[in-house]
This record gives sequence, C-alpha cells and structure tokens, in this order.
Amino acid sequence: MIKLTVNGQEHTVDVAADTPLLWVLRENLGLTGTKFGCGIAQCGACTVHMNGSPLRACVTPVAAAAGASITTIEGIGNQQDGLHPVQEAWIAGQVPQCGYCQSGQIMSAVALLNKNPNPSDDEINSAMAGNICRCGMYSRIREAIKTVASGAVVRHFDPRAEAAKEVTHG
Amino acid sequence: MGKWTRRGFITAGVIGGAALVIGVGVRPGNRNGKVASVVTDEGEHLINIWVKIDENNKVTAIVPHSEMGQGAQTALTQMLADEMDVAWNDVSFIEAPPEDEYANYKLGKGYLLGPAEIPGPLVGSVDGVLLTVAKAMHLQITGGSLSIRTTGVYGMRVAGAAAREMLVQAAASDWGVAPDTIKTVNGMLIHEASGKQATYASFAAAAGQLEPPYSPTLKTPDQFNIMGKSVARRDIPAKVDGTAMFGIDVTVPGMKYAAIKAAPVFGATLGAVDDSAARNMPGVHSVVRLDDAVAVVADGYWQASQALKALKIDWQTSGNEIASSETIFAQFRKDMDEAAASGNTKTDVETGNTSHAFADASRVVEVEYTVPYLAHACMEPMNAVANHTGKACEIWTGSQNPLGFRHEIAAALDLDSAAVTMNNYTMGGGFGRRATPDTAIQAARISQAAGVPVKLIWSREEDVQHDIYRPAVASRFRAALDDYGLPEAWENLYVDKHEPVEAPHIPYAIANQKIHFIDSPTHVPFGPWRSVDHSQHGFFTESFIDELAWENNQDPFEYRRQLLSNHPRHRKVLELVAEKANWGEPLGANRGRGIALQESFGTIVGEVVEVTVENNDIRVDRVVVAVDAGYAVSPDGLTAQMESGVIYGLTAALYGEISIDNGAVKQTNFDSYPMVRMDKAPKIETHIINSLEPWGGAGEPGVPGTAPALANAIYAATGTRVRHLPISKYEFNVRMEESEEVAS
Repeated sequence: MIKLTVNGQEHTVDVAADTPLLWVLRENLGLTGTKFGCGIAQCGACTVHMNGSPLRACVTPVAAAAGASITTIEGIGNQQDGLHPVQEAWIAGQVPQCGYCQSGQIMSAVALLNKNPNPSDDEINSAMAGNICRCGMYSRIREAIKTVASGAVVRHFDPRAEAAKEVTHG
Repeated sequence: MGKWTRRGFITAGVIGGAALVIGVGVRPGNRNGKVASVVTDEGEHLINIWVKIDENNKVTAIVPHSEMGQGAQTALTQMLADEMDVAWNDVSFIEAPPEDEYANYKLGKGYLLGPAEIPGPLVGSVDGVLLTVAKAMHLQITGGSLSIRTTGVYGMRVAGAAAREMLVQAAASDWGVAPDTIKTVNGMLIHEASGKQATYASFAAAAGQLEPPYSPTLKTPDQFNIMGKSVARRDIPAKVDGTAMFGIDVTVPGMKYAAIKAAPVFGATLGAVDDSAARNMPGVHSVVRLDDAVAVVADGYWQASQALKALKIDWQTSGNEIASSETIFAQFRKDMDEAAASGNTKTDVETGNTSHAFADASRVVEVEYTVPYLAHACMEPMNAVANHTGKACEIWTGSQNPLGFRHEIAAALDLDSAAVTMNNYTMGGGFGRRATPDTAIQAARISQAAGVPVKLIWSREEDVQHDIYRPAVASRFRAALDDYGLPEAWENLYVDKHEPVEAPHIPYAIANQKIHFIDSPTHVPFGPWRSVDHSQHGFFTESFIDELAWENNQDPFEYRRQLLSNHPRHRKVLELVAEKANWGEPLGANRGRGIALQESFGTIVGEVVEVTVENNDIRVDRVVVAVDAGYAVSPDGLTAQMESGVIYGLTAALYGEISIDNGAVKQTNFDSYPMVRMDKAPKIETHIINSLEPWGGAGEPGVPGTAPALANAIYAATGTRVRHLPISKYEFNVRMEESEEVAS
C-alpha cells in the first residue's frame, strides 16, 4: 500500500513500488489528463508537479512520490471551477491542435512561471525543450507564456480581432 | 466534441426529416430513419442528414470528419452555419457516426484518384457528391486535406443553404406569402410586410417534409458572416484542462490492459514463445499469440509491459533480414539504371521533345536526390480498446476513417459490418497514420483470445518500429539549359509513384518535359504521411530548380518568377512571400535565405527560410509563408496549419530518418528519432491570399516547401548543397541541445 497526495487529496493505492507514477495516476486514480508519450522521459507528455517542481511521471516510481504533494493538470484549473491564467492564455492564443501534449506543456509552463514570473526567450526555450509538440505549436506556446508573464489581461479569443491577421484579397 | 446519441427518438418531425433526406438519396424511409435514430435526441428535428434543430432553436451540424487538431469540425460548422443564417453562438457540432450514410464518396475519390472534376450535374447537389455512390466506397476519411474543399464546399455549405431554403418554404406556405419576401437572420424567419416572424425551430418539422432544393443558392464571399472569420475552435477548452477524451483514455467495464511486440522484421512471423516467467508475474491474465506478434494481457499496462519483456520470443525468418537502407537505395539505383537503359519506364508527363532538346543543349545539369523512410510519431501512441465476443466486436479508438475501420475490422475478423460498432475519439495526432486499422484489429483479436475487453497500448518503440512509413525515394533530374541559362528541357526519373498523381509536376514554363517513374518495391510498409508524395517531390523539384538558378548565377526568386508566366496565382504567392521575407536585402555573414514554392491539395504555398550557420551549427531563424487556399474559412486556422506544417517539415528535413538494418527499423524512440523542440523552433509568419479561386486544403500544404526552402537557404549560407535528407547526415551540427534537467 502506498499513500499518495494528488491535487490535495490523499489516496492509498495497492501497486508495486516500481510502477511509474504515470500509470497509477491514469489507471488507479482515473486522472487521464496526464499522458503517456514515450516512457523514457523524452517527450514531456506525462509532466506533473512534485512539490511544485516539474517531473516526468513515466519514469518516476510511485514509491518516490509517496508523501510528496503531486499536482496534475486536473489540479491546475478547469472550466467549472475556473481556469489557471496559463490555461486561459492557451485558449486565447488558440494554442492546442491535437492537444495530446498540452497537459504536459501547461504543467511545464506553470512550473516555469511559478519559479520565474518573467522568463526570457532563452529561459522559456530551456524550460520547455523537454516537451515535444508534434503539431508544432511552439511559437504559440511561447507567446502564451509571455502573455501570462506580462500580466496582460487574457481575453477569450475574439473573432473580430481580425486586424492582426493580414489577408490579401484578390 | 459531442458524441452522437444512441438513444434515438423518432418523432413525427424526424420521420418528416427522414423523408426529406430521402429526397437527396434514392430510397424513402429506411436509410434516414436509421440515421435519425443515431444522431437525434428527443425534441430534435433533422432537417437533412447534416443538420438538426432543437426546441430552443439551437442548431447542430453533423460533420463527417474526425478531429486531430486541424480544426476541421469547427470550420465545417462555420460553413454550414453561414449558409443557413444562424448565429454562431447558437450552433454546435457532433461528429457523424460511422454509418454508411455518412461515407464520403468524393472524399475517397479525391483521395485515391487525385483531383478530379466533379460532373456538372452533381455540383451543388447535396446528394451527388456526398451520398449516392458512397455506400459502396465505405469511406469516411479525414485526409488529403479534403475536409473544407470537398465536404465543406460541396456538402456543408449546400446542406446549410438547402436547410435555409426549406425553412423559408415551410414558413411561406404557412403564412401564405412568397418565399422571396421572407428574410432569414440569426435563426429567425422574418416577413416584414406582415410583421410575422418565427424561429427556425418552429418550422423545423414542416421543413423536413419538403422536397429539398436540388441546387440551393449559395452566398457569395461578400455575403459571408461567419466564413472568413477566425472563430475560436470548439475543441480547444477541453484540451487545456485534461478533460479531452482521446482513445487512450477510454475505460470500459471489466477491461484489462495489453502490451504487444510485433516481429521486428516486416514479414516475419511468430515462432516459439517461452512465457513461463511472464505468466507468473503479478497481474498477468494471459499471453496471446498473433500471426506476427505476441501480446500480454494484465490488470494494468505497466504489468503487461513488464511481463512482455520477460517473454522469450523466437521469430520465424522472412527472407527480409538481409535488407538494409543501403541495399534498398542500391536497388533503387540499379532499377533506375536498368529502366533508363531499356526505356522501360512509366510516363507521368511528356511534352515537347526532350531527346532533341538534350541533344542540342549547350549545357546539361544532372543531379540525384534521396529521402529516407519517415515515421509519423503521433504524440498519442497507437492504441485501441476492443471488446470482441466472437459474434460481435465493439471498438473505441481515434481514427481518420471510422467507417472504413468498421468495415476493415469486420473483414479482418470475418464478421458482418453490422456486428462491428466503432466509437471514434479525438486523435492525439493523425498525419495519415490513423487511417490504418492495424492496432484496432490486433486489439480485437487479443480481446477475443483473452475473453475480456482489452485496452491495447503500443509502446513508443512499437510505434516507431511498426509504422506505415513515408516511403524512401530516389529521384534523378536532368535539365538542358539555353544560352540564357533557362531550362529548355526537364527530365525527372524517380521510384515508386503513389498519390497525389500531380505531386512531381512543376508549374514552371519549360517546353520539353519528361517526368517518368519505375516501381521498385521493398518490404517496408508504406502509406500516407502528411502531404503524401508532395513531401518528397516538393524537396526534389524545388531543390533542383534552385540548383539551376545558382548554376546560372541568377537569383533563385527571379529565376522561378520568370518561369511562372502561365501561372499567375503561383507567381503572386511567390512574389508575396519574397516581399514579406525581405528577399534581396543582405543578411550578413554565415546567413542565408532559401525559397520554395509548392502547390498541393489545391493550395499554393510559398516559403522563405532564413538560417544562420556558424561553426557548422544550423539555426533556423525565421520562416515566412504565403498561402493561397482560395479562401480562408478561418484565417487563424489556416495560419495554425501553416505553422504546424512548417515544424513537421523542419523535423523531417533536419533529423527525420527511419533506417533499415537487418530488415528491421533501427530507431526506437524520441532519443533516436528526434523532433524539433521549442529551442529549435523558428519564428513563423503566415500571409494569406484570398484569391477566391477554388478552395484548397490546409492540413498538409505547409509541409512540402519547408525542406527545400531550408536546403536552399543552407546552400545560400554555405555553398553546401543538401541532396540527401536528413540534413543531420551532413557535417552541420544540428544536434539536439540537452533539455533542462528535470527531477525524476
């Protein structure tokens, strides 16, 4: 039996100590927002926070997380109870495409901004380079992080804000 | 994304709706009753099979395409809503169920046969293009960048316009006024002279009983209210809080987990398996043998994958063990040599007289290019949940072709299609990979053998090593140049032609052209990979034209431009991208710009890449894109697809290589099959031209121009010509930087 604290809730799970945290979150706790991408800490899709720091859940034995405070994407914010500013910025910037990597991207971004509220481009690159986005939305991720860092009020995407998009007619 | 409801409720209105749908089809009653039962809920009225209205005047589009982040479901709904004159906030969508009625004939036809003219009588009719012959095709493909340009243009717009006209007709009859005196605004029918007005909902049932207009009047672009606007994609909110349901997230009662290992060598089969250790491991339920793979079923995925590693597996050899990337490319070259000598090639394009032109030429340039196999590497590894009871099979997975999956799975399992239920989910990447049901068929067989519902998840290693790959290709070019350095003759011989047929064609005005190919099959499975044949031919043709420009000390932009006299749309795209990229302005030492132009899937894309090469370290600084897709239904959506295509193309150009060693794929995971990451991602600027020419696709056309524009930029910066991808094979250092240390 292993005791886990996930998103402020305590759980007791009956799994082998070497089971990666990822599979315990997804299969035992039903928290499927954290994704499996590579299994070797190369893609970042499984990123969660342990005591506030980003962690690749696919290579972290569940025993190593016992007693720590784990936060997953479900604990960051949601539509009902309110979104985190990073999530708001992701919607405003229309960041996700397929969306599969985005839980991990958001977890890395939140951890970065908690540690460094105003990161430079290099600092963003370095903090986010562990997260692959196969749809290639890196420039939108970067801009969304900067929007949060700048403290700009995030508006929901406005269809009338067309001016920024230059379209040549004819 | 909403799911269609199975709790069908056939009201009088829906039966009326069904009758209406029959007007578009052939046989009254049966087909549409079936559709109504799966797509409508209580109180909803189907106007035609693509749109329904509820009691609160909320409109739901039924879109026959699946979502993998390309935004097609939102954009298709924009098209229907605009033609129907409903307010954007009152419209939602559901994905069409995998029923034959939602097969997409034109989509399949366009995908398989390349661009084909739609017969005149069928244009603008709801039935002809999308429904009539569709049943025989069993296709519901999301691919070929076709959603907007076929389903959208010929289906959703027409369905929306038809629904609007039917609602007007129903109100006109009831009110005793002429239809053309009724206005439609935001889901309301308004007759100004009498002051009468009503919601669409109040006439939905009556409209459903009318004959549909065969060719409803469509809006002209100046009348668009919703098309042409960058509305927020409806699938995005669920993708920022972890609530979006992908196939890998599905759980069904009693489900076990399966891990699988397939024969490393394509074509090999499973031999003896010693599972004594695995069977004693915790949580293990069963070990299942398939023809070419073995799977372990367990209580959890980790347990299944650990037990899989404990199996001792013998593979039966296939004869393919001697194949390697070296033998494959040697085979291509030998086959091309022999075919060229014997004249035994297949012709793509033959104009003028290339033999004469080469005989008379003052200069001839000859070059060979190659590209390797590529894996799709969707972020969501292949997976499927299956419950196969022997007599019936239910599948839960993400598919680019849910209806095709249903029929292919039925065929593989020797079941009637009616016995297969397919539940489709949003995909964590598709790129062509999720058009093949191999994983779902494996899951079904494992479920049947194990006697339980099973969630099969491929490891990333399995995903990289058992893809349906972008083929490896070799392509040879020869050009005859006139006294001004312009090409008089263009000859291209390449291996293995697939789709689209026009991929190797060029827009340039060259009088004598011979484009031909040979078949040189290998044992490596291949299939559509984002932009399909354009992914290789774009690199080949746009590199070679660039080489000809440099050969003559001419500016690569001006050289192309003067050869585009017959293609004003292409020329305009080329000019816009050059202008926006500050083409011609000096960049400084170690820096270079490269340009490329490629039409694919009805869309013309120009790209300019800027690079810095210092100490053999390549940095891609900036990519400028100009795109003419005819009309941008969602400018931000089109922009996002260009950005995505550029990064996908950059990954392939810089690092992408699946190599074959002893008959098997050498690469295993993202450490050996690397991707462009944030630290290597350039600034990308997209400029859109709405030419109002026939509308093109968006999901793929951003890919083909990236590799040649990058290779051309590297040449401009360094004088080294990249003819064989990936670029990481050259002396340039494009190694991934170590990512920040993350606790683990």
